[in-house]
Amino acid sequence: MNRDNDKGKVLIARSLFLGGVQLFLLFLIVFRLYYLQVYQADKYKTLADENRISTRLLIPPRGIIYDRHQEVLAGNRQNFQALMVAEQTTNIDNTLLAFKKIMPLSEDEEKRIRKDLKRNRSFVPIKIKDNLSWEQVTQILLNASDLPGVFIDEGLSRYYPYGNIFAHIIGYVSAVADSDEKDDPLLEIPGFKIGKSGIEKLYEKTLRGQAGNLKLEVNAVGRIMKEIEREEGIAGNRVDLSLDLRLQKKAYELLGENSGAIVMMKVDTGEVLAFASAPAFDPNMFTSGLSEEEWNNLQSNEKKPLLNKAVSGLYSPGSTFKMIVGLAALEGGINNKKTRSFCAGKMALGNHTFHCWKDVGHGYIDVVQALQHSCDIFFYETAQKMGINKIASMAKKFGLGEKTNVGIENEKSGLIPDVDWKKKRFGEPWQQGESIISGIGQGYILTTPIQLATMVSRIANGGYVVNPTFKKIDSNNRPELKKIDVSQQNMDIIKKGMYAVVNEVGGTAYWHRFDFKGQKMAGKTGTTQVRRISMKERQTGVLKQEDLPWKYRNHALFVAYAPVDKPKYGIAVLVEHGGSGTVAVPMAGQMLLEALKLDETDRPVD
Amino acid sequence: MYKAYETSFRNRNLSFKEKFWGISFSYVLMIFILASIGIVMLYSAANGSWKPWAGPQLMRFGLGFSVMMFMAFMDVKFFLRFAYLFYFGVLGLLILVELGGHVGMGAQRWINLGFMKLQPSELMKIALVLALARYFNSRTLQSIETIKGIIIPLLMVMIPVGLVLIQPDLGTALMLLFTAGAMFFVVGVQLWKFAIVVLGGLVSLPVVWHFLHNYQKNRVLTFLDPERDPLGAGYHIIQSKIALGSGGIFGKGFLNGTQSHLNFLPEKHTDFIFTMLSEEFGLIGAVFVILINFLIIAYSFVFALRSSSYFGKLVAIGLTTSYFLYVIINIAMVLGLLPVVGVPLPLISYGGTVIISVMTGFGIILAVNTNRNINIGKD
Repeated sequence: MNRDNDKGKVLIARSLFLGGVQLFLLFLIVFRLYYLQVYQADKYKTLADENRISTRLLIPPRGIIYDRHQEVLAGNRQNFQALMVAEQTTNIDNTLLAFKKIMPLSEDEEKRIRKDLKRNRSFVPIKIKDNLSWEQVTQILLNASDLPGVFIDEGLSRYYPYGNIFAHIIGYVSAVADSDEKDDPLLEIPGFKIGKSGIEKLYEKTLRGQAGNLKLEVNAVGRIMKEIEREEGIAGNRVDLSLDLRLQKKAYELLGENSGAIVMMKVDTGEVLAFASAPAFDPNMFTSGLSEEEWNNLQSNEKKPLLNKAVSGLYSPGSTFKMIVGLAALEGGINNKKTRSFCAGKMALGNHTFHCWKDVGHGYIDVVQALQHSCDIFFYETAQKMGINKIASMAKKFGLGEKTNVGIENEKSGLIPDVDWKKKRFGEPWQQGESIISGIGQGYILTTPIQLATMVSRIANGGYVVNPTFKKIDSNNRPELKKIDVSQQNMDIIKKGMYAVVNEVGGTAYWHRFDFKGQKMAGKTGTTQVRRISMKERQTGVLKQEDLPWKYRNHALFVAYAPVDKPKYGIAVLVEHGGSGTVAVPMAGQMLLEALKLDETDRPVD
Repeated sequence: MYKAYETSFRNRNLSFKEKFWGISFSYVLMIFILASIGIVMLYSAANGSWKPWAGPQLMRFGLGFSVMMFMAFMDVKFFLRFAYLFYFGVLGLLILVELGGHVGMGAQRWINLGFMKLQPSELMKIALVLALARYFNSRTLQSIETIKGIIIPLLMVMIPVGLVLIQPDLGTALMLLFTAGAMFFVVGVQLWKFAIVVLGGLVSLPVVWHFLHNYQKNRVLTFLDPERDPLGAGYHIIQSKIALGSGGIFGKGFLNGTQSHLNFLPEKHTDFIFTMLSEEFGLIGAVFVILINFLIIAYSFVFALRSSSYFGKLVAIGLTTSYFLYVIINIAMVLGLLPVVGVPLPLISYGGTVIISVMTGFGIILAVNTNRNINIGKD
């Protein structure tokens, strides 16, 4: 009985202890709860929100690009795309089959769709096709019953209403490449497009705008449950260009099937009014994505549509360089207004003979006449007397041989050689013969069409350092231009020569002169040889340009300005393998005439 | 005379009326409160729907309540008499399930009764308590303190634990082991014997580790370092802590738990229901549930200690400890204090067998309380 009592006492004592242990453990739990839910609550609240909230960027509308008269050159348009949600479609194969009855899907597209379907969860919308026409959209909506899970989504895509015409100046937008600098979270968005060339690239930061934010509540597998917050982005800023749509259109019209470039600018501000490189391409192709075939066609075309000939094409200036040589000689005291050379059609230096384009020669000729008739012998002699360095320094003053830095990518600087350059480049002394051919803009000299337009504009405005720009300049905010240190007198002599080229009998561009209410143009032709004419050919008779294969024909050049009395517009026209220089003349003439005519309307160029 | 009366009172059976009024209504009320919280949480777990959990759970609670009341009206003598029979019956079922699993019906822990699935291992939690209580009730303290005296009860524990372990159900096996351990402790088994067992356990740990299934090893490793595999095995525990912590003091509100409703929280209707509750009702809700559980356990201890019979005391303490283990293991698990071993929170988690088993236990505890003045013999 005693032992029984002990047994009972042990039970009670130990039970109380057991109960105490259990109570202690429950306290421990409460303490832990307090730690998690009070002490660490903020940390876990943040983590819970990170779980729950998925932030997405909203793409802002890209800035609009206008010409100088508020015409839209690059805008945004509704882009309709067909999306499919896999879990909402009963049979993906049947749905795709039904879709293909409405519009074809290429093998590549179908492969991409299947890949996307595999990679994403079944509730994620997959793109089937974008850039749908309104008609295709209606077709899809009408056949909705055969297309379960397919719906139309609209977004904005870049649109270039004038296609080819502005390809080389506006450029295009395209998907972000791995090599692009990722300075903005927007660039991480799949399908986001940035400016890849031209103005689109130059003003990328201005045009892009700021991303908006979309906060979504998502569940554990990423399905969107609801929208929590939407903060629209800031649209990109507009860009107003100096270009004039009407002149730009005209430039392309004039170039037609030719391969070449036209750059026209205002001689007082440098505003580029027309900037054409032909042939061009349709920048809209880049927005929607280029097929391999389209890309290959662009790449293999012998007229190089992707090359921006106006800034990246290098050409000998040919006879358009003669103003520089003439001016350098006048300024350097080598020649004066009355200095004459005798042109017998050729001149000899050592055992080498230099030919004038006119076999029978021009006889006694001064600088104005030499420009008018484009006599080569006069400039050979002048260059020989003067030496290359004086020519080079004058050429550089007029913007040749260095980049204009107008902002278009891949601009070439061209080349204005001098004695030091040759020593450095080849380790050889400068030869006199090299000065002679430099006198007619041949030899090492290379320029771009935009440099030639700059040169002629600086001549036209009386020797002021004007630089080309694509940005529209406010009329009361004109740039202060520096004067080139050349005398007014000598400038006038050169300009008189250019006037004679177009407006006096015997001038090389005489047949294309115009007189619009007393406003005339002045200019200078140029023809640059693409192949050498051999001695044998000279004897047997030079082949006519038309009889040569296209790529061996001469380049045609013409630089001009108008009106003569009070110059407003400068222009350079290049026609690759155009044969004689005169092919380029009417193009420049018509451009200048068009501008003068527009100035008479209620919407003048300026 | 008085003594004779008392003796006669202590040896007779109670009438139905006496039994009815002997039931502790506050105890029943607390069980009701917990079950109601459970049903509310299951309603929320289904995003505000009676289907698929809250409705069935209500029906099971109804069934469990009937079983509890039935047990509460039993004489404690009855439990003593049938303790071994019940124990061997459940052991038989355990073997049956085990054999069934090996005969090619696939691994099964349950027997299908049609309206619910019965897990014999769950019934064993009650059977083992009753059988051990009967055994120790019949022994003197002296015999309990000998090594020979605890060989039989050890076998009574190890055989079902072994069977449950090979199912494999580590959680239930541990609960059986701890419940039995608590009973061995309260009846007076010397502490040095526990020390030997614990030491022996530690020494054999590498061997046990070797026999653990990979998923069990993973659970233990993940418990030790949840960041080891944040998207795999550690995911549950990390998400559970996020849900709990983000609930704060007042919670996110009913039906507003983001972690639960957006499915970041796994198993929110079963093992992790306490997490969901803490997310939606905060520290206040969580502490309230712990408080009710504490009261149930405290009442049970009071019932045990004021019972005049040794058997009654021991049964009540065993069953209470078993219930306590459910609560503490489940909550410690979702708080990241224990590895995820798959123990539900009784009365709140969705699951039929647990409700029946736990409420059977409560019924027996109530009967112990009602019969606290009834003297029962040693056999």
